[in-house]
Amino acid sequence: MHSLQSNPDTRADNWPSELYRILKAADVRQMSYVPDAGHSQLISLFSADRDVTTNVLTTEEEGVAIAAGAWLGGQRSVLLMQSSGVGNCINMLSLSAIGRFPLLMLVTMRGEWAEFNPWQVPMSRATQPSLEAIGLKVMRAETAEDLVETVESAAALAYDSDQQIAVLIGQRLIGKKKW
Amino acid sequence: MPMQAQLDRRAAVAALLKNRNDTLVVSGLGSPTYDLHSVGDHDGNLYLWGAMGGAALIGLGLAQAQPGKRVLALTGDGEQLMGLGGIATIGVARPRNLDIVVIDNQHFGETGMQASHTGRGVDLTAIAVACGFAAAGTVRTIEEVQRLATQIAEPADGPRLFVIKVLAENPPRSLPSRDAVFIKNRFRAHLGFAAA
Repeated sequence: MHSLQSNPDTRADNWPSELYRILKAADVRQMSYVPDAGHSQLISLFSADRDVTTNVLTTEEEGVAIAAGAWLGGQRSVLLMQSSGVGNCINMLSLSAIGRFPLLMLVTMRGEWAEFNPWQVPMSRATQPSLEAIGLKVMRAETAEDLVETVESAAALAYDSDQQIAVLIGQRLIGKKKW
Repeated sequence: MPMQAQLDRRAAVAALLKNRNDTLVVSGLGSPTYDLHSVGDHDGNLYLWGAMGGAALIGLGLAQAQPGKRVLALTGDGEQLMGLGGIATIGVARPRNLDIVVIDNQHFGETGMQASHTGRGVDLTAIAVACGFAAAGTVRTIEEVQRLATQIAEPADGPRLFVIKVLAENPPRSLPSRDAVFIKNRFRAHLGFAAA
């Protein structure tokens, strides 16, 4: 979208606040997360929002169950995690898939771009295939601009069309972790 | 060794839900789903046939979305053991309208009655207390279940977890629909929400 290019909010370092704006516009009322450095700003924005119930999780699959419960009760939710957490979710994603519960997961990728920690690599490689194997639609963004549009589209697909979507946020976009 | 539980699970669940009013109930896979259905099908029931470890957390999302309604996660010891971390998450979230009731036969009843952790010293109520639950307790008789039913109908300051120790046996199955989309849409319609 050309209009977004001129918007200072979509500068490379400002995508978390754009995602927050989009998710608020989509009427997201619950957010759950296992932290990732790449999600830290979005987590802070939601945690400060009294209109959104925020749950910190012990393992990512809990958020899949919470999202289904929120939808049963008439609320939309979003689940934030890093790619290592996707493996924890697989069996619980049966719930979203077989019940056609709207699901929007935002997954920051590790282990694929300038990664220092080799332990992140195997699950990084398995992230997209395992999500697709359990029936999720996977969308991917490598630039801030593309990410904002992708999440907007994914939110509509999830909440309006009862789809189960994971948006993978490329590690190239998040930037190199300092060690 | 603790004494062998004698309580019949179906009688316990019937007593627990006798005056459920508008309580919304999520049942864990296996026997708790059959127990819930055996009491009588209800539009405010969400029966799980999978998603092991998720019953109480579905209850959490629901309780947060519907703060004016009481939500009950009715599950088994094996299902709740798989979701142990969820007790910490619920303790932190501190919903005032969510109760977890574990129908505890101390076995994995659906898979051949193998002994579970709860018969070997693991106390789910102690875990709930350590996670900041507002109340927790264990009951073993039908009279205690009747008192528990009265207690959970009253307001709470936070989440509560109760264990009902029952006899390890598999009563005849009472099977609700396995169509999760149907059950989901029926549940949402019960709360006034349209299907997509």
